[in-house]
This record gives sequence, C-alpha cells and structure tokens, in this order.
Amino acid sequence: MMWIVLAVFTPLLGVPLLALLPRARVAGWVNLGLSALSLAGALGLAAQVLMHGTLAAHGFRVDAFNVYLVVLTAFVGLTTAVFSRPYMHYVHAEEKRVGARGMRLYHSMYQGFLFTMLLALTTDNLGILWVAVEGATLATVLLVSLYRTPAAIEAAWKYFILCGVGIAQALFGTVALYFAAQHVLPAGANGLSWSTLYAIAPQLEPRVMVVAFVFLLVGYGTKVGLVPLHSWLPDAHSEGPTPMSAVLSGLLLNVALYAVVRMKMLTDAALASSATPGLAGHLLMGFGLLTFLTAVISLHRRRDIKRLFSYSSIEHMGLMSFGFGVGGPLATFAALLHMLVHALTKSSIFVTVGHATHIARTQRIERIRGLIRTQPAVGWGLLLGVAAIAGFPPFGIFTSEFLLLAATMQAWPWLTPLLVLGLVVACAGLFRSAQPMVFGAAPPGQYPVRANMLPVALHLALVLLLGIAIPAALAHWLDQATRLITGSGLL
Amino acid sequence: MSLAALPLLDQAVLVLAAMALFSAFALLAQSRLLAAIHVFAWQGLLVAAVAALMGAASGDVNLYVSAAITLALKVLLIPWMLHRLLRRLALERQADPLAHPALTLLAAAAIVVFADWVAAPVAQFEHSATRNVIAISLAVVLLGLLMMVVRRQALAQVLGFMAMENGLLLAAVASTHGMPLVVELGVAFDVLVAMVLFGVFFLQIKDSIDSLDVDRLSQLSASIEQDEEPEPRP
Repeated sequence: MMWIVLAVFTPLLGVPLLALLPRARVAGWVNLGLSALSLAGALGLAAQVLMHGTLAAHGFRVDAFNVYLVVLTAFVGLTTAVFSRPYMHYVHAEEKRVGARGMRLYHSMYQGFLFTMLLALTTDNLGILWVAVEGATLATVLLVSLYRTPAAIEAAWKYFILCGVGIAQALFGTVALYFAAQHVLPAGANGLSWSTLYAIAPQLEPRVMVVAFVFLLVGYGTKVGLVPLHSWLPDAHSEGPTPMSAVLSGLLLNVALYAVVRMKMLTDAALASSATPGLAGHLLMGFGLLTFLTAVISLHRRRDIKRLFSYSSIEHMGLMSFGFGVGGPLATFAALLHMLVHALTKSSIFVTVGHATHIARTQRIERIRGLIRTQPAVGWGLLLGVAAIAGFPPFGIFTSEFLLLAATMQAWPWLTPLLVLGLVVACAGLFRSAQPMVFGAAPPGQYPVRANMLPVALHLALVLLLGIAIPAALAHWLDQATRLITGSGLL
Repeated sequence: MSLAALPLLDQAVLVLAAMALFSAFALLAQSRLLAAIHVFAWQGLLVAAVAALMGAASGDVNLYVSAAITLALKVLLIPWMLHRLLRRLALERQADPLAHPALTLLAAAAIVVFADWVAAPVAQFEHSATRNVIAISLAVVLLGLLMMVVRRQALAQVLGFMAMENGLLLAAVASTHGMPLVVELGVAFDVLVAMVLFGVFFLQIKDSIDSLDVDRLSQLSASIEQDEEPEPRP
C-alpha cells in the first residue's frame, strides 16, 4: 500500500507545489525529482507484486496486467522529465515562446497528467478509471495550447471537444455496466469494482453488456486514437510542447487501450455462453485493422515531423487493438509486449524530434536536413528510432510484430497479407521522410543545441534488449497478464 | 402499458424525463445563446428533480446528494459562469441560427428512435416502469452530440457538451439509482474543471480569431496539411 501511495500520489503533491513555485529553473528539477520518487514507488510496487502476487486493497488493484504499465508510465514520466527540463528551459529562456506563468502551468500539469495516468492504471473502480482518463484530458488540454498560436488553440479545442464527446460515451457505457451488475450483485456490493465484476462476469446479462461494450469502446477508443475519431491526435501532438507529445503517445494511448482491454475481459466472460461469444474481439479487430490501414496511408506525404510520428502512433495503436481483438495467448502476449516497446520507442523518437526541431528551428520535414552532420547524436537517435519503430530486427518491435503476425496466421490467415502490406507501406512512408532528414545536405542556418540524448539511448537500449532477450521477470509478468486476459498462458 | 396504470411516482419520473428530452430539442433549435443557456439550466433542474424523486422513492441518501450536486452545478454555477462569459465577450445578443433547421430536427427525431432501439435490450431486461428513461437519457446524450456537430458557435458547442453530461446523469439516476458517491463527485469535479477550461478557451479563441465561430478554426489545420508549397530540392 505504501508503494502505491508513493507511486501514485507523489505526482498529485507536485500539482500545487509546482503551480506555486515561481522559479522555472528550480521547477524543472523538482519535476524531475518528483517523477523519480514516483518511479521508485512503482518499482517497489512491482517488487511487491512479483513476490506476493496480485495486490487488491482500499479500492486499488495491481495485478500482472497493470503492474508493468505502472512501471512503464513512471519510467517514461521520469525520462521525459529529464528531457523536458533543458528543452522547456530553452523554449522559455531562448525562444521566449512561453512565459513564467506558462512554465508553472506546464510543470504543474505535467505532474497532474502523470497522476491521472497512474491513478487510472491502479484503481479498481471503473468509475474512478473514467474520472482519471477524463482528468488526463483536462490536464493536458491547456498544455496543447501552451504556445498560444492559432493552430495550437485550434488543436487544443479539437482535442477537448472530441475527447470530451468520446469520453462521455464511455461514461454511458460505464453506467450500463453498473446497471447490469446491479441485477446480479446483492445490495451494498460495489458494482463498479473491477475485481467484483470480473468474479461475477459470466452472470452479467449479455445483451446489456454488448451495449455497454460498444459505448465503452467508442469512448475509450477515441483516446486510443481508433480511426473514425482519431483526428485530434495528430493535431494535439504537433502543436503542443514536444515533451507532451512524448508522454501523450507513450502513456495516454496505452492507458486508454488498457481500459478497453479491461472492459473486453468482462464482456468476453459475459458473452461466453451467448450466440456471439467473440463479439468484443471482432469489434476490436475491425477497428484496429481500419485504424492501422488508415494510418499507414496517412504516413505518406506528411509535412510536419511531429504529425508524421503521431500517425505512426495511431498505426501502432491500431496494431495493438487488432492483437487484443484476435485474442488467444500468442496475439495477446504480442499486443502486451507491443504496448511496452512502442511506448519506449515512440517517446524516445519524440525526444529526438524535439532536439531536431530546435536544430532546424522548424517542424517542417523539408527544412530539417542533414541531422547526422549537424549533430551526429541526434541524427543517429532519429535513424535508430525510426528503424526501431518501423519494425526492423533486432529491436523489440520486430519481436512483437512478428509474434502478432504469427498469431494472425494461425487465427485469421487471410488477414496476414493485409498486415504485411501495411507494415511495408508504413516502413516506406517513414523512411521516405526520415532518410533525407538524417542524411540530406544540411542547409545553412542550423543551430546545434545541447542535446541530452541519455533518455533516447536508455529507451532504445531497452527496446533492443527486449528484442534480443526479454528478462525472465518481465516475461513472467507478460505471461501472467496473458493468462489473466485469455485464460491460458503462453510460456 | 398505459401511463395512467403506473404508480404516481413513476408517472412523475417519466413526465420529468420526457420534459428533459423536450428541453434537449429546445436547446438544439434555440438560436439565441442567452435563451439557450436558460434552456440548459431548466434541463438541469429537470434532471435534479428526477434524482430527488427517485431519492424520495427509495430513501437513498446518495440520490439526494446527486440531486444537490446537479442543482448547484448544472442549474446555478455553470449557467452563471456562461452568463458571465457571454457578457464579458459581449455576445448577449448573438444568435447562431442552424444552417438547416428542418434537417437537423429530423435528424434529432431519428436519433430518438435510434436511442430507443439501442436501449431496447436494456429495457427488456429491466422490470421497473422507469425503463423508458434509459432510452430517453441516451437520446439526450446523442442530441447533445448532434448539437456539438451542427453548431458553429463555441459556446453552443459547450452547451451541447454539458447537455450530454445531463443525459448521462439521467441515465445513472434512472437506471442504477446513482453511481457510488466517490464517482459522482469525481464526475462533478471533472465537469467543473472542464467548464473553467472552456472559459479559458473562449478567451484564447477570441484573442486568436476575434470570433467564437469554430468553423473558422478548422481552416487552419487544413492549411497545415495541404500546404501546396513545392518541396525544395536538397
């Protein structure tokens, strides 16, 4: 319990603290320190879960499925804070795009965002989960408009409205779920507790669960970036400060998908004996595939570097949704691993992109050229990051995509060519933009910056490690999570 | 099943819910912003009344609390904040007429039918007489959504957003006797913060495009994506 408090509530403490702290320079360090404390808590929590198994008390529930996401969230939160300190200082002091009040808002809401993410992951109560995911929108929406340009304000408005609408559907789904639970549970039981619901899931009324799941999928799916409602994502990523893009892509999308999968577990159990047992999975597969294919095509002919990589995030979220939709131990294991490696890779890419945009002083791809000559570390970071995200071996994304393809071949063989084609098109789209940015001739007027590549190196090293050999403890967790979701393990 | 055959309390709940649905239509069609805010406040009052009635019927303190929260937030605080914003932005006389009123209202009617169809399996399963309220609340949610789609004025879109929240509350109150208190408070907190942020946004949007017509916002991102500037050869 102590570890949960340390991990989840340290960032909450940071919200008022950083809002009141007047010195931007100090705030950067405090931000980093709080994130480090939160990571320490998350690691302690992980050790505890490893030793004692699932932890469920006081409205929290930490099991194999969310513990690795908690550690991932705290870890990416910390490394992004490491990057954010000099980056935001540059934006504040050199570029003068953000004033002192803006910096206070930024640091305060950075911690606020981390708090909502960690709360959403650890809570057992589906209502609190909803409140936390909505809270994440509220915390980040003012950061998207932090630069106050018309484009940034537009992006933030779109983000606010679309996510607000989406998340309202999720609340309706939650109400429907609660409604179904109330007819099974005795009076006084907590019908929103996931643990309770999971125990009685087979008795939940299937027809109500279908309605609930559709609304929950639309709602949380908006936050995942699933296709009909994905258009907020590139806007919010491209207009907000880059550290925000890193945590949005790396963390928020994962947490939203986590919520969808938790709901799918309940729905699957409730529908097991009905006429359409695989309905939730099929819906997820359909939306995932549609998302994947749309994003793959959108990767071509991008002009804004951050938009390019946000479409890549949509693509990968589509793949993960597809993987969870296919179901079965292999696909689920692959999707869980993919959540991990994608978050690590994508946040490292955004960190690199942040440096690249400072070097070229623009986000337009055609004006970012020859990074490897201007500043080799950034150039290599981008090249390796793109290679990793495009799914080249020996990086971890290759492993998870390979497993996913293998699972698809077993379950839905005729969908495999579509996936392979999509991956090839995506790879082409990424390299078409990345190759000249890394190797092209650098135009005059490049501004080398003091780049801290430590987060990038650390993330990519981890992704590489995960591609070559997954540590036993992590593999065990992923297997436990797979067992939890599908009922049978892989290892 | 005729309305008159139901107990008096159920009749009252149904009538109030139907009036909430009617107010959703009124909100959709009302072009003057000031009047729309008033309609929204009335809708909040109806939802709060449903919650209080259900509370009286079941003796559940929780429902009184949610009625009180709704009354404070949706009937008093948020309309007051919107009023202030309207005055501050000098929009009191602003009207935002619908582009295709007949079409929009037809779509709204279709949405009500759709909501009834979606809620049918849920309603079959529920045996109490308030089952229709679930369909109605879903219709209110979707009408709020429609309002956000068809209105160009940022303030009208916010009203749509808040009307959706009203619909959700109606669903929670009518079908499940209210969510647990902690969730209810969390949702209310989120709504309140959202309203404050909307206020901040109005000022930012007004500063940036000197209007609150959101259609003018959508041209910006189009220009980013479809910029036809030729790529310089490296």
